[in-house]
Amino acid sequence: MIKIAVASGKGGTGKTFVATNLFRALTENNTAALLVDCDAEAPNAAAFFNTVRTESADVTHLVPVIDTELCTFCGKCHEYCSYNAIFILPPAKVIKVIEDLCHGCGACTEACSFGAVTEKPVRLGTVSVYNNNPMAPVIEARMDVGVMSPVPVIKAAIKKARNGKEVAILDSPPGTSCPFIQTVATADFVVLVTEPTPFGLSDLRQSVDTLRSMGIASGVIINRAGLGNGRMHDYLKENSIPLLMEIPFDETIARVYSEGKLLADTDHSYRKRFTDLYTRINALIRKS
Amino acid sequence: MNQIAVISGKGGTGKSSISAAFASLGTNVVVADCDVDAANLYLLFDPSVEEEHVYVAGHKAVIDYTRCTTCGLCTGYCRFDAISEKDGRIVINEISCDGCFLCSRICPEKAISMVPNDKSRYYSGSFRNGKMVYGRLAPGEENSGKLVNLVRELAGKTAEECGSDTIILDGPPGIGCPVISTITGVDQVLIVTEPTMSGLSDLGRAADIALRFGLTPSVIVNKSDLNTDMTEEIVKWCGEKNITVQGILPFDRKVVEAMVMGRTITEYEPESRVSIEIKKIWNNIFKVKSHE
Repeated sequence: MIKIAVASGKGGTGKTFVATNLFRALTENNTAALLVDCDAEAPNAAAFFNTVRTESADVTHLVPVIDTELCTFCGKCHEYCSYNAIFILPPAKVIKVIEDLCHGCGACTEACSFGAVTEKPVRLGTVSVYNNNPMAPVIEARMDVGVMSPVPVIKAAIKKARNGKEVAILDSPPGTSCPFIQTVATADFVVLVTEPTPFGLSDLRQSVDTLRSMGIASGVIINRAGLGNGRMHDYLKENSIPLLMEIPFDETIARVYSEGKLLADTDHSYRKRFTDLYTRINALIRKS
Repeated sequence: MNQIAVISGKGGTGKSSISAAFASLGTNVVVADCDVDAANLYLLFDPSVEEEHVYVAGHKAVIDYTRCTTCGLCTGYCRFDAISEKDGRIVINEISCDGCFLCSRICPEKAISMVPNDKSRYYSGSFRNGKMVYGRLAPGEENSGKLVNLVRELAGKTAEECGSDTIILDGPPGIGCPVISTITGVDQVLIVTEPTMSGLSDLGRAADIALRFGLTPSVIVNKSDLNTDMTEEIVKWCGEKNITVQGILPFDRKVVEAMVMGRTITEYEPESRVSIEIKKIWNNIFKVKSHE
């Protein structure tokens, strides 16, 4: 199975727009594909498909529970914790776990020589499968509101995607920090969606540099072409970055997306363009 | 001190353009770019660098192969699937390593050391309407919530030094740790949304996170004429949730033109409808504050 991640440094450039339309074009073309929504903080992809949830599993991690009867207030668990998640005041015999800060690493459990630390699972989010159309399953990572990091939920969703399809499309979270890295790390190719504005270019540079340092092949789609200026094209040329597609700024396209519809359905010339995009990506993967 | 955080849930709704316009309407304001993962405000404000600080974004485990006996103990302890045995060697996956130190503590050969991630920076300086503080998280690093906290601390200190009573915080997209760090303890949270199905869904999650931290958010619907039905739906949703709609802005290509020119929309085209609306919102936010 090949994995294609659709990402962008800047948010709102059209990642989900590209991922959902590429996925639709592929499945309509009888390519065995699945879509994984890895934007666990703001998951929106499943809503574009008339589909129902067929499976859902909680993603949890283990946080410590401290038995104050057994605790000697030695402070070793506090010392072992790299996330300041254990608050201790030995003279007052106070010890508390700040669950929101805990990463579930288990260091405190290992630290305690008195058996005072046990663990309980705490929910971080869910991984759902929308599989009423087995030809076009969607997997969604969804972080719970109030949870600090989407990374464990993203990891679980990508793990779930290990089955016999020809291609998996990963809709990545924005940015270049760990949620993005976690998503693109397993990809064979990354499609970077940008817009030709100064903000778009600044964030694209950072994404390109990050992917190059990771050794992952990538290409760029310019969305809302016609807005902004021509610097984007110069940058792509100077850095030999393949320009995969240009999508013009067009109020009809914006409206179709805003209504939760797919351009590949409403405009068949775009279905063809997204199918061609896949052919082009495949050629680039073979070359790299 | 009046601290206003601008967030969105969904990216690309216009947070930065709107925060920048607010900053350029004030005099002697402090603006803090809390989107440390994709900082953009410096492009409009070209701030001087007066202070530079190093931010250590956690640690990564590194194996000393002259000591490692490949006993494999660490692979069983790691809960982040970051350590595995490949071709008779213990290998650490840098991407998965969470920097918890556990492997380095349990290794009987003391073969694992922890190396700080020290490539991230944060800065303070001056721009044409006051002071600016911004962070730059090195690619792939985590804990951006902690960097946001440091940016905010420096913004507070800067505001005190220059006698400013307004801090504008341009937040990151999403609802995770860096967003929580951006809104904790502020006076007002503004959520910028757009009239799309995704915009409404992410607005709901952004409002939840604000409410969870005891803050009543208010909303700006940007690019409203791209889908007026959806704009109405968002306004109705806000009504049901008792959330104030501060303003409804039209889509205007001039916002992007202004960005290309390195200006905010209120500087570039002060008489445009967008600018007039933004000024109204800004005055309104201040009026609300001065009544308290």
